[in-house]
Amino acid sequence: MKEKFFEKILLLCALSAIAALFLIALFIFYEGLPLIFRIGPQNFIFSSTWAPTKGHFGILPMIVGSLEVTILALILGGTLGLACAMFLAEFAPRWSVRILKPLIELLAGIPSVVYGFIGVLVLVPLIRRTLGGPGFSVLAAGIILGIMILPTVIAISLDALNAVPLSYKEGSLAVGATRWQTLYRLTLPAAKSGIIASLILAMGRAVGETMAVIMVAGNALIIPKSPLEPVRTLTSNIALEMGYASGTHQEALFATGVVLFIIVALLNTFALFALRRKV
Amino acid sequence: MRNFIIKLAVLFPVILICFAGCRRSAKTSLTIAGSTSVQPFAELLAERYMMEHPGVEINVQGGGSSAGIRAVQNRICDIGMSSRPLTPEEQNLQQWTIALDGIVLIVHKQNPVRNITLKQLQDVFSGKIRNWQELGGPDQKITVITREEGSGTRGCFEEIVMKDVHFAADALVQDCNGAVREIVASDPAAIGYISFGLVDERVQPLTVDGITPSESTITAHIYPLARKFLFLTNGEPSTLARSFLDFVLGPEGQKTLADEGLIKVAP
Repeated sequence: MKEKFFEKILLLCALSAIAALFLIALFIFYEGLPLIFRIGPQNFIFSSTWAPTKGHFGILPMIVGSLEVTILALILGGTLGLACAMFLAEFAPRWSVRILKPLIELLAGIPSVVYGFIGVLVLVPLIRRTLGGPGFSVLAAGIILGIMILPTVIAISLDALNAVPLSYKEGSLAVGATRWQTLYRLTLPAAKSGIIASLILAMGRAVGETMAVIMVAGNALIIPKSPLEPVRTLTSNIALEMGYASGTHQEALFATGVVLFIIVALLNTFALFALRRKV
Repeated sequence: MRNFIIKLAVLFPVILICFAGCRRSAKTSLTIAGSTSVQPFAELLAERYMMEHPGVEINVQGGGSSAGIRAVQNRICDIGMSSRPLTPEEQNLQQWTIALDGIVLIVHKQNPVRNITLKQLQDVFSGKIRNWQELGGPDQKITVITREEGSGTRGCFEEIVMKDVHFAADALVQDCNGAVREIVASDPAAIGYISFGLVDERVQPLTVDGITPSESTITAHIYPLARKFLFLTNGEPSTLARSFLDFVLGPEGQKTLADEGLIKVAP
């Protein structure tokens, strides 16, 4: 009897999380969809003039910008993080793992505004001096986000690598494979689902991160042709303009939220499918 | 234990409803609407006023200067806010200048350019002039920094400088005066505009058409990028509106505005 009761309570708690998601989605769509249909979804998504107070609502540069920044962050943070996880799992001495892992996880505890601040004061002037351009750029945002997703990639990949049964490795080593061969021919494929999960979570953080990106990306309304050009992401667009927005302008920001929501949902769905097919 | 949880579950919504019902009903209220440039300052003033006068509720809404003027003409709001001068047809409203503001163009300390004309400004911010050489500076691409859509400072800059010309799409966009100043202080190629009160020694202010932005040139309306922040009423203000206006034009209100970087109109 008591068992059943607590089961129900837990079910209720679990459902409330889903209810929260559902309500948020409902609200965003309710506020944003009317504008999208008034001006036409293709005009909203494929036009590149954004001047909401003058009646131009085109968010193509921001969609492209969001994707570019996210992909760059995944390339930088993903490779670096995966390499780090592989080192910690296979080659680093036990005692150093015990020190390094908590230190890396500490990266996740640094507030994003601090990353942005360091980016503005150090990274942006560095890019401006060495590579040219205004410094506020896709590259700056990608690097900052790449560092921000490191703890997610490393922690989850490391857990996945460590979860591969010892007997697999023993078998591989017994037939004469080196540690490196064992790692990339056996351990990595065996830990694949966990590694992909870590990249999905990292991607979620990169798409959703706002504060640090606003500070280093420059927020210009162009489709960047080179990594040195400034860029505005979907999240930055909402955060930048919500302070003053009212009426249609506010609706346009909610509509931006709708697109962001759909993009994140699509990315997650693709990732899940990829995961299911290959494992 | 179980009873306790059930009681809690039943009580929780009841408590919620109670809280919702207990929202303080204001006996007296004032509605202010209009310019988005004045809005943040009006909100701050309203907050201070409400702190001193419990029971009074002041609603501040945006919508733009013209909307504010129309609203006060139609008596939809008690006080209208405008950051542009009234047209001759609008002169039937009573107006109070609550503060003055100037928009100052700033460049990096090392930049040799000291003056810019209004026409050049338009060309720079629309992307027609792209190199400092055309303005008498070094051979360097100009980094243009503007404010985000909807910002009052941007709106005023658009009205006076840009007119119907669009900002260059590749201009950097920052969401506050401080961020614009920070970039200009560190980038030798940058130009941006910020509120008069926020200029400091880390950046170089430009003269516009040869006129230095200063308290005296802004007060005398010689500096071209100066503007008045107006409060408007339709006929005599009500007692409450009168009291709020007295507060705004009094020492405390004026000090609040000066602290936010505006120029006082009363000592």
